Amino acid sequence: MAGVMRFLTRTAGGQDGRRIGVTDVLAYGYLILGVLLILVPVSWTFLSSVKPREAIEAFDTRLLPLDQIEAEVDGRGLRPLYAWDDPRTEGQPVVKVGPTRALTDVARIDRPEEVLQAPRGELVALEEVRIATENYLDPILQRGGQRNFAFFRYLGNTVFVTVVATLITLLINSMAAFALSKYEFRGRMTFTLLIVATLLIPSTIILVSLFFVVWSMGIFGSLWGVIIPAAATPTGVFLLRQYMLTIPDELLEAARMDAASEWKIYWRIVLPLSLPALSVLAILSVIWRWNDFLWPLIVLISDPTRHTLQIGLTAFSGEFSSSTHYILAMTVVSLIPVTLVFVYLQRFITTGIATTGLK
Amino acid sequence: MTQVPALRLSKIVKSYGQLTVMHGVDLEISEGEFVVFVGPSGCGKSTLLRLIAGLDDPSSGEIEVAGKRVNGIPASERGLSMVFQSYALYPHMTVRANLSFGLENMRMDRAEIARRVNHAATLLQIDPLMDRRPGQLSGGQRQRVAIGRAIVREPKIFLFDEPLSNLDAELRVQMRVEISALHAELGNTMIYVTHDQVEAMTMADRIVVLRAGRIEQVGRPLDLYNHPANRFVAGFIGAPQMNFLGGVIAAGGGLTLDCGGTKQVRFDEAVPAGARVTVGIRPETIEVSLDGQGELTGTVTGFEQLGSVTYIYTALPNGEKLTMQLAAQVPLTRGQSIGITLPLAHTHVFLDADGRALPMAGGHR
Repeated sequence: MAGVMRFLTRTAGGQDGRRIGVTDVLAYGYLILGVLLILVPVSWTFLSSVKPREAIEAFDTRLLPLDQIEAEVDGRGLRPLYAWDDPRTEGQPVVKVGPTRALTDVARIDRPEEVLQAPRGELVALEEVRIATENYLDPILQRGGQRNFAFFRYLGNTVFVTVVATLITLLINSMAAFALSKYEFRGRMTFTLLIVATLLIPSTIILVSLFFVVWSMGIFGSLWGVIIPAAATPTGVFLLRQYMLTIPDELLEAARMDAASEWKIYWRIVLPLSLPALSVLAILSVIWRWNDFLWPLIVLISDPTRHTLQIGLTAFSGEFSSSTHYILAMTVVSLIPVTLVFVYLQRFITTGIATTGLK
Repeated sequence: MTQVPALRLSKIVKSYGQLTVMHGVDLEISEGEFVVFVGPSGCGKSTLLRLIAGLDDPSSGEIEVAGKRVNGIPASERGLSMVFQSYALYPHMTVRANLSFGLENMRMDRAEIARRVNHAATLLQIDPLMDRRPGQLSGGQRQRVAIGRAIVREPKIFLFDEPLSNLDAELRVQMRVEISALHAELGNTMIYVTHDQVEAMTMADRIVVLRAGRIEQVGRPLDLYNHPANRFVAGFIGAPQMNFLGGVIAAGGGLTLDCGGTKQVRFDEAVPAGARVTVGIRPETIEVSLDGQGELTGTVTGFEQLGSVTYIYTALPNGEKLTMQLAAQVPLTRGQSIGITLPLAHTHVFLDADGRALPMAGGHR
């Protein structure tokens, strides 16, 4: 704990320097800004996901998940409670017994038959803190009429797409990067530039042509239709190529002297040494595939059994009403796996730097 | 030489596009020889080694290993192994895996791999390090592992590409001795590339001096030292460097030094009078007289007392500089005048026109 505090309160002056200089103020200001930019939307999503449906639909911006207390009132059913600071209530909560007007009809819960007239502005909702677990449990367990959201099927589809697409991406991209970084051939630079240049084309522009390609390959409507087009990424090729350029050629030559085939050089030497870059690409690929929405929607929309989580979330947005509380809760659930993947893989990025052992 | 040479290079030319870096190199290396390629950086010695190894292909010319032409044969099938300057150990593998990687690729029997790896480990005293990774080893240990990786393949020829240049001075001397001992023990042919003439002198059976893609001279270390074929070799071999003084061939034979004085030398070939020459004298052959008696007088500009030897740096009246090496301790002060005598017997004369050494009449020494 003391170590964490020391880490968090470091200054540019070093260990002994207690003075806080301009650098420190700027650095910490910048870092705090970054933390807020990343953290606020996620925290907002999480905090909102545990709010009751009413609070979300009323655009309740308070941080705590506050729910209006309800009570069974004789002859009137379950009604929300209000506090009204008036001697006639004798401290008892009241319920509305008529439409809300400037003077609203209310009644004490212990004497529901006696109607009082309260100015609307004086009625204060009685609230308690309550974690709305139903936001999570209803869709997952298919309770509360949530039959259309097959959580575990969607999760399975998403995991399949993410894992397979990431593996294929890593394999194909690293092979391309190996060739582009370690072999001398005519047009090597041209190919590299061409691949990188495709970054300039937004995916929405090639959507239609991609649709025809996938259609003619006969994988439209299957999960492979989502996996295959996403396998080759210019970012991945470029990232891995730049990293592989830093692997000394002498290592490859040593392996050639050691009678290693070119495939073996790639598999046993280049790939293990590219582990840090591969982890970065793996993280990116997992995030891309996990959060992918538009393309899976196009390919998979017609078959609900093949929906991914992200498409599945649209089931909560109807034409006339949206179940925002379910969307938020399921968004939080869908964030968990990506977060875990990141936590697991980010170690390799740092250890990779330490193991590039050439002097 | 009746025996088939371990390596024969004939008319090796290497060009990169317009740039030619090797200009027709011919060389024969016999079985079991320790040959050192030496030369300043950029002379093509590493390029030559890579051509022999098969990591590059020559633009023209023949390479034969043990009588068999190997042009176009991949590096792994030439039966050579190489120790790289950066060692090029696989950083993600243990020392054991580094040693056995090549043998596994050759689909060798497991027991044989283990035997060879253990043998090399014992030979190089790296057995305690077998399960470590290269990153956990010191420079000298990495060096041994790199040599071990070369040994396990039991190659026809070992190739070393400046293997000691990343080590500190003390370790370098130690590894120099060890590599020589290894050569004596294994008896393989070794080709060793270095820019350090001390390594060349101490380790080589034969030295190949290279400059700008051409062989300047090939010979045993002392032959190169005593009979350099040209000014470049004379200046490159030997530390401190040979002294060079300007001179002119005199009309009646002999030569006149720019710094004053004449030398009665005769050559085995006709040299036109008035030709510019450079006279080379080894620092240790110059006679020094502290009381100022000698054919020349020099001013001491600096000196280094190392105990067993003393280096004296002097300037001659015409501005030329002369370094002397005495195998004794002598009292000196900066600015003092000393007498200098240049011994005729140990003088080399190089023609300025082409740098060639002029053959001295009578073949002194």
